[in-house]
Amino acid sequence: MAEPPILLSAEGISKSFLGFRALEGVDLHIRAGEVHALLGENGAGKSTLIKVLTGVHQPDSGTIRLNGEQISVRDAQQAQKLGIGTVYQEVNLLPNLSVAENLYIGRQPMRFGLINRREMDKNARALLAQYDIDIDVSADLASYSVAVQQLIAIARAVDISGKILILDEPTASLDRHEVEVLFTVIRRLKARGLGIVFITHFLDQVYAVSDRVTVLRNGKLAGTSLCVDLPKLDLVSLMLGRTLAEATHGSRRQETGPVHREISFKGFGLGRSVAPFDLEIGRGEVVGVAGLLGSGRTETAKLLFGIDIADSGTASIDGKPVKIGSPRDAIKLGFGLCPEDRKTDGIIGDLSVRENIALALQARRGWFNRMRQSEQRALADRFVKALDIRTSDIEKPVKFLSGGNQQKVILARWLATEPRFLILDEPTRGIDVGAHAEIIQLINRLCDDGMALLVISSEIEEIVAYSTRVRVLRDREHQGELTGASIDTGTIMRTIAADSARIEA
Amino acid sequence: MNTRLLPFYATLFIGVLAYVICVIQFPGMFSTRVAGNLLTDNAFLGIAAVGMTFVILSGGIDLSVGSVIAFTGVLLAVLINWNGVHPLLAFAIALTLTTLFGAAMGLIIHYLDVPAFIVTLAGMFLARGLCFVMTTDSVPINHEFYTLLQSLYWRMPGGGRLTFVGGLMVATFAVGILIAHFTKFGSYIYAIGGNRASAELMGVPVARTTVGIYALSGFLSGLAGIVFSLYTSAGYSLAAVGVELDTIAAVVIGGTLLTGGVGLVAGTFIGVIIQGIIQTYIVFDGTLSSWWTKIVVGILLFAFIALQRILVWLSTRKASALGAH
Repeated sequence: MAEPPILLSAEGISKSFLGFRALEGVDLHIRAGEVHALLGENGAGKSTLIKVLTGVHQPDSGTIRLNGEQISVRDAQQAQKLGIGTVYQEVNLLPNLSVAENLYIGRQPMRFGLINRREMDKNARALLAQYDIDIDVSADLASYSVAVQQLIAIARAVDISGKILILDEPTASLDRHEVEVLFTVIRRLKARGLGIVFITHFLDQVYAVSDRVTVLRNGKLAGTSLCVDLPKLDLVSLMLGRTLAEATHGSRRQETGPVHREISFKGFGLGRSVAPFDLEIGRGEVVGVAGLLGSGRTETAKLLFGIDIADSGTASIDGKPVKIGSPRDAIKLGFGLCPEDRKTDGIIGDLSVRENIALALQARRGWFNRMRQSEQRALADRFVKALDIRTSDIEKPVKFLSGGNQQKVILARWLATEPRFLILDEPTRGIDVGAHAEIIQLINRLCDDGMALLVISSEIEEIVAYSTRVRVLRDREHQGELTGASIDTGTIMRTIAADSARIEA
Repeated sequence: MNTRLLPFYATLFIGVLAYVICVIQFPGMFSTRVAGNLLTDNAFLGIAAVGMTFVILSGGIDLSVGSVIAFTGVLLAVLINWNGVHPLLAFAIALTLTTLFGAAMGLIIHYLDVPAFIVTLAGMFLARGLCFVMTTDSVPINHEFYTLLQSLYWRMPGGGRLTFVGGLMVATFAVGILIAHFTKFGSYIYAIGGNRASAELMGVPVARTTVGIYALSGFLSGLAGIVFSLYTSAGYSLAAVGVELDTIAAVVIGGTLLTGGVGLVAGTFIGVIIQGIIQTYIVFDGTLSSWWTKIVVGILLFAFIALQRILVWLSTRKASALGAH
């Protein structure tokens, strides 16, 4: 069978932000009538690539061709006109306008210089009928479910653009039935000859609907292949950047022998966020959490720290039941959390290193028991030395520090409160190699000092290096725990890739 | 039923209820004379409130309205009385200036990304200051064309008079409704008020629309200033102080969400009329202080803001229920 013609091709795309290389020589070829899955962990460059294709960012180098002709996309509107439509994860429509207005804003049918609303509604009904959607198009968009809104967004994008459809994690907030409906629509559009880019974290969905898959890792092309030629385990290898052959035992931690696990969670879980799980952890333990993005890793951390409140299960410390209803409760119990996205959830960029470090301790003391400047300075100085935070001055705003040093500032913030249980969500993401090794050393040191740590990471070798036990998550479920000699990259990857029952096509 | 229209229906209900109560107590209020006076007395407020409705629908605010009305009045008086300019030409000059003034504020709000509150606050001081630069006196306007416009009216059945300015207000509301629901510009205003970032991604010309909204508000403030000067036959730099707040009150009581995106121009009309009815009631009563208007308007505002919060709360609950099914 002949390969279908290439509709859109991007070659050698590179893009840097402030010296950080987000994309490096990436190629992507979208063929007509094909669903092309784009995969990669957070920060792999998926969204940057999409933004380059849709004109939100301009590439530093590389060419984009549409039907063989070189194009340069200035902005989202131009991309739409050229035929590249995008539907984002968070539906980017207007909930306060009617369905018909959302479909036709800016191109409403006019009569005598005024909008012909009847004609607009008629067109909208006809357009949605192609997708088997029969709804009141004059009602507000907000009165429909996210799934219907998503289909409306797709209908709009296809109607305006009609050549390339980019779906950025469209299934993230849909349930199983809604995903099926979406897939039916995707297959139908594929049959109409559209080139579809499908971004997702769910591997089963990739195999259910895609023809071809491209994997990005650290801003580079990790591989591209027809789905039928790529077993799931190989796909996971591509995403995580390790092959089984390379899997070595590395420098695994020595076993610590039986420990008293004083912090215990039983049947902890929350609705669609994470299935109930048990977790026990004690002094001097590092529990590594492995799993792909969207597997429930961060959700687990949020649950343990009281950001999301568990709807099932109990927590206890030293056998006494405790309530974790908010991060304040968790902090009072001696918990700490370094969040995944330090820019939005962790550091306060405009505050100084000193202020950022003192924040959690001050919060725990209460606002009426203010820390004196000298006390704050002593605290900051101590941690700057202890963690080797490289800053010219502890009064420097944190936003001017490098990623690794920012991460250390957040760590210092929580270490200052002397937590008994510290949760680190992706502590090594987006920091350079040197800082990476230091953070891992620090995790080992804290563990030796008798702290209990839960560390979430996409870097499997890293997890192997510091964990005493490893949790593997898949499809928002804790799949099992590896201990002792069974902790190795091969076992972890096999557990991640294991087939699941989710959405079989 | 669409829950977003609930505030509008609530306003309509309160408006009718207020009128019925008035009529029961003072049967004389049930006449086209009173209705005509309601329109005439609130004409400038209503016209300015149409502009304010668009501004608030887009998620902004315009605090310069009262000052621009005063500025227009003083400018007209100075042009007509001291410089012998024909009123029609003076009107054209005033409307051009106020429209440009509004457009300039819109440009600053959009391109410098300064909150509308601050920019229009500056505009408020600027316009008021310009009044004093022209004159600090109250300047009467004596011109036969003014007398002609003031004497124009259509005699309604029942003897009420729909004056020129009253008719102008009704026409302004009619055009406002047309703009809101039957032009692309109107749909862009709702879009920007709903979610600016999404609107931009959907291809709404946000810059052009923002400038247009404040230019329209400036134009309508100028028109309100003309009506105010016809109503008072004078220009005075301390006139119309705080009118912007009355218009905001009318818009909010009319069911428009202060956060933007939801509301009706027709609602604002009822908001204006409710304020007028309260004033008329006080006049009929004869013993009440006119400050009671402010007290009742204050209570209504609280009630409507509470109602809006409840509706927003209900709709988010509904949305999460939809998401979880």
